[in-house]
Amino acid sequence: MKLWRFNGGLPSLAEHKNESVHLPIETAPVPKQLIYPLGQHIGSPAKPLVKIGDKVLRGQKIANAQGAISAPIHAGSSGTVVSIADHLIPHPSGFSAPSITIQTDGQDNSIEFKPQPDFRQLPATELVQLIRDAGLVGLGGAAFPTAVKLNTQNKDTPIDTLILNGAECEPYISCDDRLLKERAHHVVEGIEILLYITGAKRAILAVEDNIPDTFTSIQQAVAQNGNGAICAVQIPTIYPTGGEKQLIQTLTGKEVPSGNIPADIGIVSTNVGTVYAAQQAIIEGKPLTSRIITVTGEGVKKPHNLEVRIGTPINALIDVCQGYTKHADRLIMGGPMMGFALLNDEIPIVKATNCILVASQQEVITEKQAMPCIRCGLCASACPVSLMPQQLYWYSQSDQLEKAEKLNLFDCIECGCCDVVCPSHIPLVQHFRYAKSALKVQKHEKHLSNIARERFEAREKRIAREKAERAERARKKKAALQKKPAKEEIEAAVSRSKAKKTPLEEKD
Amino acid sequence: MHFLTSNAPFIEPQNSIQKMMLWVLIALTPGIATMVWQFGYGVLANIVICATTALIAEAVMLSLRGRPIRPFLSDLSAVVTAVLLALALPTLAPWWLPFIGALIAIVIAKHLYGGLGYNPFNPAMIAFAILIVSFPKSMTVWVLPQSLLPTGTSFLDVFTPLTDQQAKKALIDAITAATPLDEMKTQLNLNKTVEEIRTSAVFGNLAGQGWQWVSIAYLIGGLVLMYKKIITWHIPAGLLFGLFIISFIFYLIEPSIKPSPLFHLLSGGAMLGAFFIATDPVTAAASLKGRFIYGLLIGMLTYIIRTWGGYPEGIAFAVILINMAVPLIDHYTPPRVYGHK
Repeated sequence: MKLWRFNGGLPSLAEHKNESVHLPIETAPVPKQLIYPLGQHIGSPAKPLVKIGDKVLRGQKIANAQGAISAPIHAGSSGTVVSIADHLIPHPSGFSAPSITIQTDGQDNSIEFKPQPDFRQLPATELVQLIRDAGLVGLGGAAFPTAVKLNTQNKDTPIDTLILNGAECEPYISCDDRLLKERAHHVVEGIEILLYITGAKRAILAVEDNIPDTFTSIQQAVAQNGNGAICAVQIPTIYPTGGEKQLIQTLTGKEVPSGNIPADIGIVSTNVGTVYAAQQAIIEGKPLTSRIITVTGEGVKKPHNLEVRIGTPINALIDVCQGYTKHADRLIMGGPMMGFALLNDEIPIVKATNCILVASQQEVITEKQAMPCIRCGLCASACPVSLMPQQLYWYSQSDQLEKAEKLNLFDCIECGCCDVVCPSHIPLVQHFRYAKSALKVQKHEKHLSNIARERFEAREKRIAREKAERAERARKKKAALQKKPAKEEIEAAVSRSKAKKTPLEEKD
Repeated sequence: MHFLTSNAPFIEPQNSIQKMMLWVLIALTPGIATMVWQFGYGVLANIVICATTALIAEAVMLSLRGRPIRPFLSDLSAVVTAVLLALALPTLAPWWLPFIGALIAIVIAKHLYGGLGYNPFNPAMIAFAILIVSFPKSMTVWVLPQSLLPTGTSFLDVFTPLTDQQAKKALIDAITAATPLDEMKTQLNLNKTVEEIRTSAVFGNLAGQGWQWVSIAYLIGGLVLMYKKIITWHIPAGLLFGLFIISFIFYLIEPSIKPSPLFHLLSGGAMLGAFFIATDPVTAAASLKGRFIYGLLIGMLTYIIRTWGGYPEGIAFAVILINMAVPLIDHYTPPRVYGHK
């Protein structure tokens, strides 16, 4: 299959996969508490369906989707709801947000699942509804509700290609690799479901060429399945080839137009973990209550690939890994390129969590002396979306944000390539995040002031109009008073006085 | 357990300014070695004077501006500026010429504009331009290449302590000459043809005697920089192509009074300029397309100055003038961003 090459990227990024890639998936024990932030997906936060004191079962829906873009949340084990309150959530700024906490009872009793092994008996729209009810979101990290993505039945552009993203390009992470190696059959079955739902003509499952063993097991699974529409492809290991837009470009040569989604060019792309979850949701009838993550880094004694209940606090997983080493320095959720550092380990695993990286000081270089930009352009050469980070930096640090926006700041995917190649060690992505949020605030304020201005102008207009109307009415009245009375009243007065006089004269 | 936070990416940076500057210096060594071979040790004296002055000036300016001295002094950018200037100066220049030049480059052209990363003009070329305007005589007297020195003399003879001024002048006249570009220009102004002029001993098969090899050595160093990805091909290719195409056109029209493109490419500072001076990223255009255009304009302007201007060599002025056009070039040459038409 012909492959394309996106701009730049980091072909020589240290992969750090050896720490965890050989470790089979183990199931993490049920923790004492499960914590579910209500907003752990893109879109509106879920709305609680339980109250404090309620008993829940594994797989029971505890919060419902709210609005079109949202996803429900299900309990990961049986137990009692002990709190519905703010809890620390995985967020780069250390925010807290409404969360449901369940005290588990150790029984792990579950609801009765409704398997649909003959999914082709059901119409696509019904399957999409089942996927929505199962709480599926993109498990690659974006956490976009899967049902919304698959709801392509009424789109103008028919879906031609389904892309399954197994390109785990972030260093350290190996959970998708292990999933594909150990459960390839399930994933391929999941692909068939998505092919059926989207009506796509072909499905391409892409993995990087640094995991040949896994690729072999995928190929075997595809061959056994026998569906000719599904093919597996190896692509060059270049960070960030697992980025949705980069993967689409690599496989099809097409670019997703700025501001659009892949479906607009007839492509649906989804992470392999999500496909597995879709298979579980339809064939087994199980809602999304667990996922596979990698716990790794020099900061934990024994790295692991774990299937964990979503909601498990990180410290429970660290215990599984036999605790921290003395080198533990940073607690990172996600990979080292795009992940974020957490304040403490009581924060729960959410649907989007693919990795817990406990990094040592050596692994995380934090003491970097930033030098001035020398405009060398290495950042532009490395940028997978062909931006000019040196120019964006120049404009964002001097608060010329509109100019940065004009140079397509909002197309930045924050992959971090520019940071890594910058010889001046400038935290470029950090600057861009700042500039983006500052621009959003500016736009919001502009929007508010526009509304206020419109309202003010409308009021002024209304007052002026009313004043004019009043004046007009007064003028008309006056005119009426002046015109009519002049003739008629004189005549009337004359006739009155005549009438008065006549009888007198008659009397006389 | 609690942790400190910081921002992604959590990865060791792959480059540093120091590493890049070090590679520039390494890539200059073939050129420097050839200079020494062809013109003697004078170039090394220039380099030492320039580099010492530049480093001291850099340290003083940094402390005056309240900037941290160590990271900026060890980034080697001042050394690169100094060496580039030293290579552009006559090998037997009086000591104060590299001294003043380095001061101008670091104090005026670099720090008065805001220091590393903020200077709009190439510091080495600003220094060179000020020197050639201020001290034209000292700046145009070059020692003859080794092969052309009269028997029994050496480039070290300038230092012979002769009390007899007349004798000293005679000796210096014997071992120095105008550069080939200068010679070509002077003779063309005397209505000689290129063919006649090139019979002079200062010209070799390709370009100037001695100079041609220095140019080729710079070319080799430049290819090393490209291989190491310190520079991209765009500026050198643009510059050399610009110089080539315009000289080729005029060579086709009037071959008798216009030197060949090869002569232009291998004379003066063309190669040094193409690979080491115009490629200074701070003062060059940003995008790859912009860089090619930037190089192209410098190459063409260099030819124009060489041919119709008052100075025999135009690289320095061309670089400075096109530095001024960089914001304009940047404005019109943004790269096409993913997902945009």
